[in-house]
Amino acid sequence: MDPQSPTFIFLNAFLINNFVLAMFLGLCPFLGVSGKIKTAGNMGVAVTFVMLVSSICAFGLNILLTRYQLEFLRLISYIAVIASAVQLVEMAVKRFSPSLFRALGIFLPLITTNCAILGLALFQTAREYTFVQSLAFALGAGAGFTLALLLMAGLREKLDLADVPSIAKGAAMSLMIAGLLSLAFMGFAGLGG
Amino acid sequence: MSVKGNEPLTMETFTQGLWKDNPVFVMLLGLCPTLAVTNSAINALAMGLATTFVLICSGFLVSLLRKVIPKQVRIASYIIIIATFVTMADYGIKAISLDLYKALGAFIQLIVVNCIILGRAEAYASKQKPLKAMINGAGMGLGFTIALLSLGVVREILGSGTLFGMHLMPERFQTWSVFVLPPGGFFVLAGWLMLFSWWRERKAQKEVI
Repeated sequence: MDPQSPTFIFLNAFLINNFVLAMFLGLCPFLGVSGKIKTAGNMGVAVTFVMLVSSICAFGLNILLTRYQLEFLRLISYIAVIASAVQLVEMAVKRFSPSLFRALGIFLPLITTNCAILGLALFQTAREYTFVQSLAFALGAGAGFTLALLLMAGLREKLDLADVPSIAKGAAMSLMIAGLLSLAFMGFAGLGG
Repeated sequence: MSVKGNEPLTMETFTQGLWKDNPVFVMLLGLCPTLAVTNSAINALAMGLATTFVLICSGFLVSLLRKVIPKQVRIASYIIIIATFVTMADYGIKAISLDLYKALGAFIQLIVVNCIILGRAEAYASKQKPLKAMINGAGMGLGFTIALLSLGVVREILGSGTLFGMHLMPERFQTWSVFVLPPGGFFVLAGWLMLFSWWRERKAQKEVI
C-alpha cells in the first residue's frame, strides 16, 4: 500500500501507531476517564470531533504562517486556535444538542489540554500532509483514541471484581493493563507492509 | 492542598516538588512526555531540563503579572505565556544539539500541554511572589527530571545495555528490547509505583507496631 494514501494514513494512526498506546499522547484522559464504557465512548466522540476541527484550522493556519514567514509563531497560534475551537464546539453542542452537552460535562473544556490534539496538529505540519491526508490522519487518530479508551474501560470494569494485591491497586494496575494493551497493539506493526 | 499568599519562604517551597508532591510518582501528572521520551537516559535528562526551564520562567512571569491578568482570561493568558517559553526552549535545543532535537521530536513543543506547568501556574504562581514561584518551579522541575531519569536509566540499561550511550552490561547480555519500545514505558512506571506503595505500606506497618 502507498504510505501516502489517505487509507494508509488512517490505518496507521488508527492501529499501527495508535496515538495512545504507541505514541503516548492523551494519556491523562486515557487513565482518568476510562472507568466506565459509556463515558469513555462519549469522550472518544468529543475528542474525535475536536481533532477534525482543529486539524482543518491548523491546516489553514499553517498556509498563512508560511506565506508571511512567521513559523516561530506556530506553537502559540495552534494552541490559541485549539482553545477557541474547543470553546466553539462547546457552544455549538450546547445549542444543537443539550442532551449530548450534559453527557459530556466537564470533559469538553478539558480537551484543550489534551496533548493528542496539539500533537496531531504538530505532526500533520511536520509531515507536510495535504488537506485530504490531514483529514484522514485526524479521523484515524480520533478513532484510535476512542478504541483505546473503550478497550481500557472494558478491562477496568471487569477489574473491579478482581482480587488485586494491595501494592498494585490503582494507578500501577492501570499502567500494567495499558502496557499489555500496548504490547498487543504492536502486533499491528506488520499491517500494510 | 491549599496555598495562601503570605507563607514565608522555606525549604518546603523547594522540596515539595522533589518528594512529597512529586509530579510524576505522587500526582501522576505529565505522563505523556514521561513515557514517550524516556527510552534513553540522555533524552530523559534533556526533556527534564527543558521542562524545568519552562516551569521556572513561566512561574516567574505568571507571578509577576498576577495582578494584571483579569480572572476571566487567566487560563488563556497562562497558555500563551507557557507557549512563548516553550518556543524558546524548542529553538534552544535545536541550536545546541540537532540529534537530540530529532530524538525528542514533537515532544518539546508538547511541553505546552504538560499539565504540571499549567497546574503550577494556576495553583501556585498566580498566588505567590515571583521569587517563591521560581523556587517552587525549580523544585517541581527537579522532581520531574528525577522521575524521568529513574525511568530512562532503567529502560536504557535493560533495553539496550547502555547508560548515557556507554556500554554497561557484559558482551553476552541479551537486551530486552521490549523496554525501549512503548510497552516498556508503561511497565517500568508501574514497577516504580508498586515499589513506592510497597515502601509506604511497610513504613505504615512499622508505625503500627
